[in-house]
Amino acid sequence: MSLDLLVAILMTIAGAATPLLIAGLGELVVEKSGVLNLGVEGMMLIGAVTGFAVATSTGLPVLGALAAMGAAALAAAIFAVLVLTLMANQVATGLALTIFGTGVSALIGAPFVGITTPTLGPIFPDFLTSSPLLRLVFGHSPLVYLGLLLTLAVWWFLNRARAGLILRAVGESDSAAHAIGYPVLKVRYLAVLFGGAMAGLAGSYYSLVLTPMWAERLTAGRGWIAIALVVFASWRPGRMLAGAYLFGLVMTMELQAKAAGFNMVAPEVLAALPYIATIAVLAIISAARRGGTAAPACLGKPFRAAA
Amino acid sequence: MFETNRRRLLAGAAALGATSFVGLPARAAIGEKKDKVKAAFVYVGPVGDYGYSFAHDQGRKFLEEKLGDKVETSFVENVAEGPDAERVIRQLAQGGNDIVFTTSFGFMNPTLKVAKQFPDVAFDHATGYKTAGNMGAYNSRFYQGRAVLGTIAGMMSKAGQGGYIASFPIPEVVMGINAFTLAARAKNPDFVTKVVWVNSWYDPAKEADAAKALLSQGVDVISQHTDSPAPLQAAEEAGVIAFGQAWDMSSFAPKAHMTAIVDHWGPYYVDEVEKMLAGEWKPRDIWWGMEEDILEMAPFNDAMPEDVKKAAQEMVDRTKAGAYDVFTGPIKNQAGEEKVADGEKIPDADLLKMDWYVEGVQS
Amino acid sequence: MMMLAAPVIAVALTLLVGAVLFTLLGHDGFGAILEIFVRPLFNPYRWQDLLVKAAPLAIIAIGLAIGFRANVWNIGAEGQYILGGLAGTGIALATLDMAGPWILPLMLVFGILGGMAWAAIPALLRTTLGVNEILSSLMLNYVAIQLLYFLMRGPWMDPEGFNFPQTAMFSADQTLPMVVPGTLIHLGVPLAAAVALTAFAVMARTVTGFQMKVVGLAPKAAAFGGFGAASTVWIALMAGGGLAGFAGILEAAGPFGQMVPQFPTGYGYTAIIVAFLGRLNPLGILLAAMVLALTYVGGESAQTTIGLPAAATGVFQAMMLFFLLATDILVRYRLVSGRAAPAGVPAGKSEGEAAPSGKGKAVAA
Repeated sequence: MSLDLLVAILMTIAGAATPLLIAGLGELVVEKSGVLNLGVEGMMLIGAVTGFAVATSTGLPVLGALAAMGAAALAAAIFAVLVLTLMANQVATGLALTIFGTGVSALIGAPFVGITTPTLGPIFPDFLTSSPLLRLVFGHSPLVYLGLLLTLAVWWFLNRARAGLILRAVGESDSAAHAIGYPVLKVRYLAVLFGGAMAGLAGSYYSLVLTPMWAERLTAGRGWIAIALVVFASWRPGRMLAGAYLFGLVMTMELQAKAAGFNMVAPEVLAALPYIATIAVLAIISAARRGGTAAPACLGKPFRAAA
Repeated sequence: MFETNRRRLLAGAAALGATSFVGLPARAAIGEKKDKVKAAFVYVGPVGDYGYSFAHDQGRKFLEEKLGDKVETSFVENVAEGPDAERVIRQLAQGGNDIVFTTSFGFMNPTLKVAKQFPDVAFDHATGYKTAGNMGAYNSRFYQGRAVLGTIAGMMSKAGQGGYIASFPIPEVVMGINAFTLAARAKNPDFVTKVVWVNSWYDPAKEADAAKALLSQGVDVISQHTDSPAPLQAAEEAGVIAFGQAWDMSSFAPKAHMTAIVDHWGPYYVDEVEKMLAGEWKPRDIWWGMEEDILEMAPFNDAMPEDVKKAAQEMVDRTKAGAYDVFTGPIKNQAGEEKVADGEKIPDADLLKMDWYVEGVQS
Repeated sequence: MMMLAAPVIAVALTLLVGAVLFTLLGHDGFGAILEIFVRPLFNPYRWQDLLVKAAPLAIIAIGLAIGFRANVWNIGAEGQYILGGLAGTGIALATLDMAGPWILPLMLVFGILGGMAWAAIPALLRTTLGVNEILSSLMLNYVAIQLLYFLMRGPWMDPEGFNFPQTAMFSADQTLPMVVPGTLIHLGVPLAAAVALTAFAVMARTVTGFQMKVVGLAPKAAAFGGFGAASTVWIALMAGGGLAGFAGILEAAGPFGQMVPQFPTGYGYTAIIVAFLGRLNPLGILLAAMVLALTYVGGESAQTTIGLPAAATGVFQAMMLFFLLATDILVRYRLVSGRAAPAGVPAGKSEGEAAPSGKGKAVAA
């Protein structure tokens, strides 16, 4: 295997992993606060179309990415009001959000079909990407580095920052956290908005970096994979990083193997593999903890302060 | 065109039952002259897919443009193949349409069911194999375009390797891969087509990654039988050549886009509706191509060398004149055994269920 | 009364906001409402479409609602629907050359069993290892789709189908009969009504129904009453899986008449919306399924008559659910202020009509 090929493969893996990582980290924080938002796919689509629309209109992809975060956070706010203030069921509201995002993005995006956009491509000067090894370090979209930094930041936040510890407390036992005097709803609101912004950013990765265009359902179900990866990572940022890159590796190697003429495994088996692996991880972790799970204890359950 | 066996007939009869609909809006019978025709279209994807369904919708617009106020059109997009399609088709038939075009393979059985219930409405189904007294079938010889792409690939590829991003191994896709490879090997006998199946018609991210995988394996031509422009964009970034699918996609990859197979359904739609207006519509089972102008090549990229342009144009001209068919022997299969003897042509019936690959295909 | 008022308010708000929103987006907002929500109701041809579309949604939603009431969150109905369809199709393909009135019932039974078997995986994981059923059942949906693709592409492909990935058409003895001659109303439609009535009676009159409600409302009381957490999970998932599987084979043997890769169209997810819109009440679900069916059928007409894009249907469905979930709180607050709710029991649940807010923290976990 030549160096060029190896670098090309590694860069593809990073490209496939980054949006899953970013959206997944957002959802991870949301779930750590005890909220399950199944609307990731919908928020990603809203982010993708907003990012594309703003980037093509202004010529500034960075502005597009920021707008994507804002628009998806706005969608997340609908979810937050419903499940936090109005205590609606989270599963149903999340599904509704995905349906909403799919529909709204298609409506907004109709005038943007069939054109391309300035991309959020490599940021380093050319001389830094002249050789394959340099390219591996400097040749990515800024979002790839952002994904790595974000992993570190989320890890630090959840494990070292006081606010992060409060967020975890809220997710593990809302009533206890409330009794101590932590603002449960405020924490969850912020977490949900953060999750939305990250989903939006991940969505814009598709429309501004990976496949610079807009078409209906551009993200093709990646939001659901991000949700699966959060579970696969058993709610840990480090494992989220590993999971996203592992997923990118498996998908890329499958395509590489096919391109090289190897077709040993039925494609359906490979496609089902991430989900089977996620179930297996869930089962193994639960078994190891003798009946306990790694999931935040309050995941998916509404909180209502006792009057 | 194709015989149905006994089992199918029984099943069909059972499914249809003795359904009848009374009190439908008054509508001139199929065979009568009309002043105006109401035509409806059913699409499997969104018209905003910039691919297969988009191309059909361009055909609808072409029809409106050509026939003006003699035709009134409408469409339903994003229709799932199955009971939803049956409901939509029936709704359109009840809605006073004279002719309904159902544009995806999976609409075949639903169209047949509804056609039996509405003998006064004409139906045309794309890319299938069943017909009825008021249901025609139409298809395009996409492979003729694939052969042109193969010619360009064979002449322009320095590596002698082309990448082919494919959706599902159905006959149409298999046919396309074979046509592309045969034409490329006619120019470069060592040409190899590397096929990657992505098991989806539309998954931009996966299509882009498949293109990257092929590129890293050394191909310098990308061809695709999936719907998104993502592979083209990957080719543009890598500085190799590629081709559009279903429509001119050069706006996505101005340098890489050599040409595209353009599904130009318009002339067929015009022909059908004109027959309807004249009271001469009869169900046909047509498999048209370049000769009938429903398949076109997008304008060749200026970057294409003159000799390649010439060869590609010559192939288009000869195909239009009926003087060229890519599936003419000798053709060997992947194992190198002769499948088609010198000078023989593969009959249409065999093409339509093609499930083997020619020599040079690596899949 | 407020139990009924919330959905009505939600639909009314959807119509109002929808009309304004689509006008702002440059479409005919009022026309959209008229075409989607009103016109189909006055067109007798659309009635049968509504019934046929609503039947599978209602059957799945009823099964899910039984679980939701007990705080068991099965969101794997899509996969269970597919497995039901596949299990019944397996029988159909094995009996293609046979005849007899026993074939169709056997297919239906296997459909139910297929759905149950798929739901047994999350049930087993939850009761033995404590694995969250939301996540495991969701993951299994994707596995089910790939299983379907595999069978269509390979082992079950119709040898005479021109190499297209789909099975042979089912024979007469394998296809659902029409119950109203001259229409499309197949056996699945009255069966959906029968399922709703049975579920209503079971929930209202039997010990099992009482168990499911009590576990959802007051888990501690349920434990005192001797209702096992494990048995509740199993009952919930078997009901959900069995009915989803039943809906699957009814669709396969009914409107489809064969198995195709396009078989799953998201009914398993839509049914969750239906279950909530119907307030987890089997009879309410029947009505909710009709309303959802209306958005599909009406949405299709609106495309042809006023050129409204297909995406609008999804926006309307989402808005309707948003508004319903939002108005739910009004119901609850009213009841809370009206009579002091006992601590530990979520307000508004005394009649078991409202969605469990899940304040009482689930069973196992």
